[in-house]
Amino acid sequence: MSVAPAELARPETDEKAAVDQPWLTIVWNDPVNLMDYVTYVFQRVFGYPKLKAEKLMLDVHNKGKAVVAAGAREAMERNAETLHGYGLWATVSHDA
Amino acid sequence: MAGFRRSSDGVTARFARPEAAIIRDLVGQVAELVEPAPSPGASASASVSARAAELAELTGMTEDSPEDARLPDDPVLARLLPDAYRDDSDAASEFRRFTESSLRSAKMRSARTLLDTLPAAGGRVRLSSDQAEDWLRSLNDVRLALGVRLGVTDDFDALEEDVETSDPRYAYVQVYQWLAYIQGSLVSALS
Repeated sequence: MSVAPAELARPETDEKAAVDQPWLTIVWNDPVNLMDYVTYVFQRVFGYPKLKAEKLMLDVHNKGKAVVAAGAREAMERNAETLHGYGLWATVSHDA
Repeated sequence: MAGFRRSSDGVTARFARPEAAIIRDLVGQVAELVEPAPSPGASASASVSARAAELAELTGMTEDSPEDARLPDDPVLARLLPDAYRDDSDAASEFRRFTESSLRSAKMRSARTLLDTLPAAGGRVRLSSDQAEDWLRSLNDVRLALGVRLGVTDDFDALEEDVETSDPRYAYVQVYQWLAYIQGSLVSALS
């Protein structure tokens, strides 16, 4: 059993899709959701490494929002629905 | 209670009877809130509405007319079932028409898992990772609901100072923080 290198673990199609179809999943700051919980959800839903998940969580906390994923509109809508299931305040948008 | 900790077969915590009662009561209230309202005339034509409900379940689409697919008036429901588009009400409405029913069902399932795994009498709770995920979502829904009702903002200290022991909100502020502690311990145990 081995662990895939970080640069291979990241799907390359994400970046291409982001250029072709710049739809975004945005998570907004919320006074209720726990910081550790938000980090956990980003890891769980997107498979992000802990450091990336933490950075996104801090962006949400400090800047009020963060783009957590980019790609095809349908995929971003699925993200939003999943995040709503976790109680995160997520929206889909063309622009950040 | 000492919060959740990791065990050989998942995560575990012990709840006293009154602790279990408080959690079960709040989770039950949220489940009741997100449960879709029966469509008008459901009793008059039970079989028709049952088939319609079945169809709605299959397609994930609700029977509501398009103008009903909007942000709920109740601020708690609006927070639990938020709009997915901020500046495009048509897209928000369209998204809601296709997803609200399944989101409500998902929240009901999470609540059901919690109620099924937390004995009313309290005691030790052991959760698989899937069950723990349902607990996280369900506890979070309860905290979101309490947060809206209590008017929680980023300045929680101000709310705490504002709410005196004689205030009817006082007990709920304590419960809100206690639930944050439980949820936090569950995140740690899973991480």
